[in-house]
Amino acid sequence: MDVPDLGPLWLTFRLAAITTLLLLLVGTPVAWWLAHTRSRLKSVVEAVTALPLVLPPTVLGFYLLVFLSPESVLGGLWLSATGSTLTFSFTGLIVASALYSLPFMVQPLQGAFEAVGHAPLEAAASLRASPRDAFFSVAAPMAVRGYLTATVLTFAHTIGEFGVVLMVGGNIPGRTKVVSIQIYEEVETINYAAAHSLAAILLVFSFSVLLAVYSLNRRFPVHVG
Amino acid sequence: MSGEAMTDLSTDVRVRYPAFTLEVAHVFPGHGITALFGPSGCGKSTLLRVIAGFERGAKGRIAYGDEVWLGERAYLPPYRRGVGYVFQDARLFPHLTARGNLDYAHRRAADVAARYSFDDVVDVLDLAPLFERRVNQLSGGEKQRVAIGRTLLARPRLLLMDEPLAALDTRRKGEIMPYIGRLPNAFGLPVIYVTHALEEVTQLCDRIVALAEGRIAATGGVAETLERLDLSSVQGRFEAGVMLTGRIAAQDMALHLSRVDIGSARLEVPQIALAPGQEVRLRVRARDVSLALTRPEGLSIRNALDARVLSIEPEAATAFAEVLLDVGGQHLRARVTRAAVADLGLGEGQPVVALIKAVSFDRQALPRDNRAEA
Repeated sequence: MDVPDLGPLWLTFRLAAITTLLLLLVGTPVAWWLAHTRSRLKSVVEAVTALPLVLPPTVLGFYLLVFLSPESVLGGLWLSATGSTLTFSFTGLIVASALYSLPFMVQPLQGAFEAVGHAPLEAAASLRASPRDAFFSVAAPMAVRGYLTATVLTFAHTIGEFGVVLMVGGNIPGRTKVVSIQIYEEVETINYAAAHSLAAILLVFSFSVLLAVYSLNRRFPVHVG
Repeated sequence: MSGEAMTDLSTDVRVRYPAFTLEVAHVFPGHGITALFGPSGCGKSTLLRVIAGFERGAKGRIAYGDEVWLGERAYLPPYRRGVGYVFQDARLFPHLTARGNLDYAHRRAADVAARYSFDDVVDVLDLAPLFERRVNQLSGGEKQRVAIGRTLLARPRLLLMDEPLAALDTRRKGEIMPYIGRLPNAFGLPVIYVTHALEEVTQLCDRIVALAEGRIAATGGVAETLERLDLSSVQGRFEAGVMLTGRIAAQDMALHLSRVDIGSARLEVPQIALAPGQEVRLRVRARDVSLALTRPEGLSIRNALDARVLSIEPEAATAFAEVLLDVGGQHLRARVTRAAVADLGLGEGQPVVALIKAVSFDRQALPRDNRAEA
């Protein structure tokens, strides 16, 4: 059985794309708040968003399994609202991936927003731009490198996840069986050829994306700071 | 001009920082250029930021006519105050071209009634040649011109300028100053102009609010405020002086001199590019004025003015004294040694001759005609 099943590869890309989009929406306000707040809660929020960087994926996965299971409050509400469980489902994987990749979205964005600083926002306000307007017309375009970095890191990191997915999603073909788990499975069953092909695809893909981003980054016209 | 252009801005504000407190109450008239003047750290930029709404720690009251910007429970956010702000560092948006920066402001002021068009601003500031440039391809002076144009295109009701020339070298300053001088007339906009450079005050401004250590030290017309002796702490001894108002009498093209009538006296100064009859302001530093009892002969100093001593203020613990003089109804200050005062036997009411070297005049002089005076 040399030809690998490409289903998990497709599932993985879908998961990474949806997770990245979700995190762009969630991570932007969090990073914005962290970049501009003077609240004492800032350190707490920063520590929480950085947790997935240092926690073993199994620990994160374990807690998610507990909090998302149909017996829990959240999981129970989800089950009664949608009729399906959060654990061992694609939706559950998205929630888990979003938490797992959160720092990869928030930290580059926070850095970019801090580099933009208050000065251009004051200039925008003096030109009659509301705060929302100033964000979309000035802050976001000036933070474009941060967005690029955050998007790529989040996407790549989500593709590479293993432990959390295994804990929360299990290994259900077509629903939660992602490529990293498939590779693990091929190796376990001593099917090195299939493992090789999948691993090579991931390696080449990851390298190409990073190379594209870094060369694009070099030539970008916006200089902040 | 519409009535709105004459609306006064009344302020009565406090801002406290750990090492510094700003406490100012003043009514800024809705016309002409008001200088917010003082040494670094006196709070002049902070006051400007309070007026714009950028300092959230400010307490007190700010009202533009009947419209309350800051009050007990009121805070109008900066973007709704209709205040234009020209920053020392221009703050152009780097992701847009020069034209893009102008359009940014123009689009957001589309509904605001304006006395001038996009093209008016472009013409007055000569911006068309810069349109396609990126921000990092503009020189410091060009950046500031685009920034001023961008601010005008937001159709502000009041223009705040925070040391717009401070980051520029002397030549660039000379390029921009005439543009700024034209603003109140060309666009009917009152301006509050922060600076610590006396040259800019005398050439551009109609009145002064002098700040020292977070409080108002003096206010009034430019000439009368500058000649007050107690301002030397604000101005610094080196720059202290007065402003004389005169008219161009004649131009000497061959020798590159302008002759300026100050009352009945005539001064020779390095050439000022104005037509005879036009009004001009000259700043004379106290340290550039010498005194003689009689009109001297065989001297390189060209300007000898008949004057009368009004008062003599010896400076404690220094070698110097400040002598206030009357020159045909205008005031002049001379900084001389206390020993010279004694040797010449100077006293109040005494006639003297004031000597001013022609090289001591500023090179920049702007026409003063058609200006709203305080």
